[in-house]
Amino acid sequence: MALNYILFAFFAVMAIGSSILMVTRRNIIHSAVFLIGALLATAGIFLQLQAEFLFVVQIILYVGGIMVLFVFVIMLVNLDVSMRLVQFNRQKWVAGVLALVLGAQVLFALWVGRGELRLPAPAVDVSPRNTEAIGQALFQHYMLPFEIASILLLVAMIGAVVMAKRRV
Amino acid sequence: MGHLIPPSILPYVLPVIYGVVIVAVLPLMAGYIVLLERKVMADMQARLGPMRVGPHGLLQPIADAVKLLLKEDIIPEKADKLMFWIAPLVSVTMALVAYSAMPFGPAFQIADLNVGLLFILAVSSLGIYGIVLGGWASNSHYSLLGALRSAAQLVSYETAAGLGLVSALLLAGSLSLKEIVQAQYDQGEWFVFSVPIGFFIYLVGSIAETNRAPFDLPEAESELVAGYMTEYSGFRWSLYFLAEYANMIIVAGIATTLFLGGWLRPFPHFSDHLPGTSVEIMDGLPAMVFLGVALYCFWLAPKQPVKIQKIVMATVGGLCIALAGTMVAALFGPEGVRLGVYGGFWFMVKVMGYLYAFLWVRFTFPRYRFDQLMRLGWRFLIPLALVNLIAVATAKVASQEWGWYPRITMILATIFTLGVALWLASRDAKQEPAVEAAGGD
Amino acid sequence: MGAPTTMIAPDYYLLLSLALFTIGVIGVLTRRNVIIVLMSIELILNAVNINLMAFSRMWGSVDGQVFAIFVITDAAAEAAVGLGIILAFFRNRETVLADEMDMLKW
Repeated sequence: MALNYILFAFFAVMAIGSSILMVTRRNIIHSAVFLIGALLATAGIFLQLQAEFLFVVQIILYVGGIMVLFVFVIMLVNLDVSMRLVQFNRQKWVAGVLALVLGAQVLFALWVGRGELRLPAPAVDVSPRNTEAIGQALFQHYMLPFEIASILLLVAMIGAVVMAKRRV
Repeated sequence: MGHLIPPSILPYVLPVIYGVVIVAVLPLMAGYIVLLERKVMADMQARLGPMRVGPHGLLQPIADAVKLLLKEDIIPEKADKLMFWIAPLVSVTMALVAYSAMPFGPAFQIADLNVGLLFILAVSSLGIYGIVLGGWASNSHYSLLGALRSAAQLVSYETAAGLGLVSALLLAGSLSLKEIVQAQYDQGEWFVFSVPIGFFIYLVGSIAETNRAPFDLPEAESELVAGYMTEYSGFRWSLYFLAEYANMIIVAGIATTLFLGGWLRPFPHFSDHLPGTSVEIMDGLPAMVFLGVALYCFWLAPKQPVKIQKIVMATVGGLCIALAGTMVAALFGPEGVRLGVYGGFWFMVKVMGYLYAFLWVRFTFPRYRFDQLMRLGWRFLIPLALVNLIAVATAKVASQEWGWYPRITMILATIFTLGVALWLASRDAKQEPAVEAAGGD
Repeated sequence: MGAPTTMIAPDYYLLLSLALFTIGVIGVLTRRNVIIVLMSIELILNAVNINLMAFSRMWGSVDGQVFAIFVITDAAAEAAVGLGIILAFFRNRETVLADEMDMLKW
């Protein structure tokens, strides 16, 4: 039980620390690396929640796919000039206050409802296992969203290729 | 021993010991694989290879390691220091983390994850960052180009290799590596005989994924100096090097586990015993092979021209006899020891065989140009892998639901996929002259 | 493989998700560089994923995880298209700062 808390604390600190660093860096590549750190910490949280399939999917797709895309584009549009300019826009104070107010609202809701979320009973039956359970759910109950997601990916692929093509 | 360790940490002791053993043995093993590569290259090129350092060059890796550790650590002036420092670390860390799910024997596995196979794929895909960040941090055109090319190549062939793996996964029914080996034991044959095309796709994909020839354009000496490794020297370069060879052993381990039966021996169900004992005949095979090699060494020893070489041959012969003795002793030991020793032996033999295939391919084929490489990956391997997957799935359904013989359905699936492969290859061959004539694209 | 362990209180995961969400919102609203804005959006989506996973574990059903898979799929699609747009814009206007992307037609 203590190991649960230690793991959660470790991954939570890593996630929050990496994301704060990501939002404040001047160098875009450093921001990308810290986002990778935050995503890896999130994957660790998934593993700690015993969702092992989402753990590997997060690493393969998010860190190994989406972030590689980000890093490639950052290398293609890198402007050393932009690193010397002002990094935060003119509305930063108003925006910051508004974001914190939003956060405080949700925090209040969480405070009011603390302890109301019931913990699950300890599960004794682990079959079907996580991957198989997700597979069964995806292909039985959620078949339509699955097909729509594949069409969405196809459309996004075509869109990205068209947008990034050089018009010769 | 169990009562000396508090029960709360008892489950963690053995994995930690395995981890320490792996991390300690791996750099030495990587160094000796480099020596092996140079010797095999020399043999294929009708020469001798490193012979100076130690008898027959056996201390060459030690000399290389000492040299690399003592070299000056140069950082380019405008390089991004944080990235420059992190990049080799990322490569090596990811290569080493992948070892935590690899089953070296029936009991020698640090963590048997439910999604072990996907975990190793995921960690291998994280190794891309070591290359990309290394190329970027060097602040040099050659490095960046090499890094981007290498990353593009890795991402493309990762997809194809993964699809090749999935076709074997269909037969195994689980993502846990231990259960995949168990499935091969239950089905009585290695998956390479059921899905040979999947094995071929994974072989090509894994050669490209580890940046080995003929797909080593990003790090070829004559092309981009050393690609993303250009600006790294001394210990940092050796980290990259270690990562590359560790990656090679990982992909060989995955291929062995999925396709070549893991730590099973060649005929796992052929359990004829030696008359009067409980020893199975097939288990005696390794000991006999070692004895044969030892006799050959002893026969060659007097024919060596120089005295030191006579001594070396005799020592090698002695070592082989010792190994044969260990094998035979393990046969009569407790069950766990016997399984462990023989499992480890067969796993290493298969991994070495796969790595020998890597080396063989390296010194046989010319290098692919980058556009040819990408064309091969996207226009040949990925469609072939998809067709293979569909064929194997259909074959499995046919044998389970419709009651056809499994062997017949698999052979039909293989023939169909071979036909598609030939069609794909001929399509590319026809198109290539047109592309060349148009001056490329 | 071990028996499943009991979960720590879901409130902690919700707090973590809230923290990441707020940081992501601050990143979207205050940074000038459009690429960092996109990265902050990815962070927001991750915060939502943590929330979904925590509740999926709490209820013991796998629906939350399936939802999270779809969120990851959407994030991939949106990142690809968004980065394509940034590349196209950069080729024309040589800038990636949100302040300078202010004309609909030039």
